[in-house]
Amino acid sequence: MNTVGMETKNRMHPHKFTLWVAIASIVMMFAGLTSAFIVKSNQANWKPVTLPKVFWVSTAVILLSSLAIQMAIRSFKQRNMSQYRMLITATLVLGVVFVALQWMGFNELWEQRVTFKGAGAGQFLYVIFGLHALHVIGGVVALAVMLLRAFTGNTKTYTSTPVEVAATYWHFVDLLWIYLLVFFLVIGG
Amino acid sequence: MSEALHVHHGEAITHESHHDEHHGHHQETFISKYVFSMDHKTIGKQFLITGIIWAIIGGLFSVLFRLQLGYPDQSFPILETFFGHWAKGGQIQPEFYYGLVTMHGTVLVFFVLTAGLSGTFANLLIPLQIGARDMASPFLNMLSYWFFFLASIVMLSSIFIHTGPASGGWTMYPPLSALRQAGEGQRLGTDLWLISMALFIVSSLLGGLNYISTILNMRTKGMSMTRMPLTIWAMFFTAVLGVLSFPVLLSGAILLLFDRNLGTSFYLSDIVINGEILPNEGGSAILYQHLFWFLGHPEVYIILLPAMGMVSEILSVNSRKPIFGYMAMLGSLFAICILAFLVWAHHMFVTGLNPFLGSVFVLLTLLIAVPSAIKVFNWLTTLWRGNIRFTPASLFAIGFVSLFISGGLTGIFLGNSTIDIHLHDTMFVVAHFHIVMGVASFFGMFAGVYHWFPKMFGRYLNNTLGYIHFWVTMVGSYLIFWPMHYQGLAGIPRRYLDKKGWSSFNQFGDLDKMITVVSIIVFAVQLMFVFNFFYSIFKGRKVTTTNPWGANTLEWTTPIRPGHGNWEGEIPEVHRWPYDYGKDGREFIPQTEPVGENESKH
Repeated sequence: MNTVGMETKNRMHPHKFTLWVAIASIVMMFAGLTSAFIVKSNQANWKPVTLPKVFWVSTAVILLSSLAIQMAIRSFKQRNMSQYRMLITATLVLGVVFVALQWMGFNELWEQRVTFKGAGAGQFLYVIFGLHALHVIGGVVALAVMLLRAFTGNTKTYTSTPVEVAATYWHFVDLLWIYLLVFFLVIGG
Repeated sequence: MSEALHVHHGEAITHESHHDEHHGHHQETFISKYVFSMDHKTIGKQFLITGIIWAIIGGLFSVLFRLQLGYPDQSFPILETFFGHWAKGGQIQPEFYYGLVTMHGTVLVFFVLTAGLSGTFANLLIPLQIGARDMASPFLNMLSYWFFFLASIVMLSSIFIHTGPASGGWTMYPPLSALRQAGEGQRLGTDLWLISMALFIVSSLLGGLNYISTILNMRTKGMSMTRMPLTIWAMFFTAVLGVLSFPVLLSGAILLLFDRNLGTSFYLSDIVINGEILPNEGGSAILYQHLFWFLGHPEVYIILLPAMGMVSEILSVNSRKPIFGYMAMLGSLFAICILAFLVWAHHMFVTGLNPFLGSVFVLLTLLIAVPSAIKVFNWLTTLWRGNIRFTPASLFAIGFVSLFISGGLTGIFLGNSTIDIHLHDTMFVVAHFHIVMGVASFFGMFAGVYHWFPKMFGRYLNNTLGYIHFWVTMVGSYLIFWPMHYQGLAGIPRRYLDKKGWSSFNQFGDLDKMITVVSIIVFAVQLMFVFNFFYSIFKGRKVTTTNPWGANTLEWTTPIRPGHGNWEGEIPEVHRWPYDYGKDGREFIPQTEPVGENESKH
């Protein structure tokens, strides 16, 4: 067994590595969707979409949540567990708020008669932002599991890998959101 | 401080590894050992057996539509007994025919040759051949199988609903697949198809993530990347292709689901159906084709590469010679992997693609001939003057090379956009992809099953049945698919259930009958293989030595029936590449043996 320990010492933890590959995979999915958007925006009857203001609020919220989870890692490493729990809770709540804000944005758009009828950027917006929100929800579930573990901690874990994996994913969905927002502002507008 | 952290980190990992080891000694229940197992070997067997069941279903479908193609006027009352209104009067109805063709394609491409092939052998071989106790994440690995199982259930259920399974072809092109009014199979069947495929994609992604991360992170001491067997390299590139291309299919499928159920117009525009003008506008059906084939083309390499890897390994072991051009094999795998992403539009030459763009794709497509030729050359030179043992596994591996050459050559015809104007949508295309991708990969899979069956079950498959299986399948495949080239050159379209309307095609009537008869025989022989498989699990000749083939790779250093964790003691250390056969007067030198002082270089 020792050989394995020695061998893996200088390598990235397999779970972290798996996450990076998964991120590449998710990137391909959104690359597929956004390039479909570009292809379709050259077709007839294309209607652009103006983003409701609420998406700016959600941007601020998700940026804050990224900050929170980054601080959570630091407090975990300093073994400041109560602060860690608080920060993870904050991240989780901010994540839920983000999804709720996205939902409000969708409703606002729908009321402006951006529906599934006809063709245009609006349809793509619902699909792309919707799928992104699903990825955020996935992250929220993962955080909830971690939080549960942190509160019912009957097993003592000293490795920060799970927190770091969760944080990397969280930063990724944050960056992905920024990309999608810029994409819709520049090309969709 | 950094020192302290370092030690700490090391401890954390050894702690985890110990945990893994303890796992093997846990009291295992039937459920945790055979059903919700996290052991990569069991998961591999689960993939294999599910794949076999699907292969029987998919193969049976092809026999049914071959009956229609060979004997379009004849009535088979037994079909009505089994399929009711789908085979009214003992004749296959058009809707049923399209359902059969669609399901045959979907099942064999995805469920058998993707999940059944790389699911089986990546799971079985990766940890065993790189020297790991299990996958990077055994839990995700288990999930991967169960998502596949769910996808299977959904797909299977679609065959039994009243309106029948999806029948828009395995490519599911809109607008046909997007409109409920277009036919019975476009109703619930297509929705179930899309849901099943979404589940399938999740399964493949979970599997692929694990394979990549296991290969890159969990190799034993001394197992550098260039000491890995070619099987592992092939599985690695397969997983990379899958992880990067399946998500794009998923996005295409999601947009299709929206078009079908929520009235969006991603793919639909200006459609009149049954006199009704649909409100959809501004959609692009070509967009779907781009998204589909961006997966669809890598998919054919996802199917083919594992077979290539296993064939390389099996040929080397059984010709008792090192693989010829190991680095060239790696380079060509890499080149194929890159090119796989850059040729998707050659499936769309005649669907309204810009001809200039088409010519770029012609160039890139024909470039694939280069790495493919390198691989063929290397396989032949590995066999050349070898001391070949003709086991069923090595025969199937040689058969793979034969089929890959024949099928690859017709690819050069189809890769030219101008010739494609004549050949597209004809039986020539059917012949090409069945030989080069379908049958060839099946041969790779059979070779793998015959070769690693002793590792999976501790028993051998019956050799006599194996030889019958090989020869009938080999001759049968050429008899089935070779004539289709002539049919295609003469202009016979694919996907048509009755060609009586064209009197010029009547001359091929007897040829079609012959193809049908041979496909029934070949199908029967596959059933014989399935019998051999299940019979040998329980009653086959027992394996008495840990290394029955005299092979160098690590899986043969484990006990005959390895438990969870694979090696009883420490994981062996690797000192050399896996292809030291017939070196310095020795028949084979396992990877675990240190390099001697006076040893010659390979």
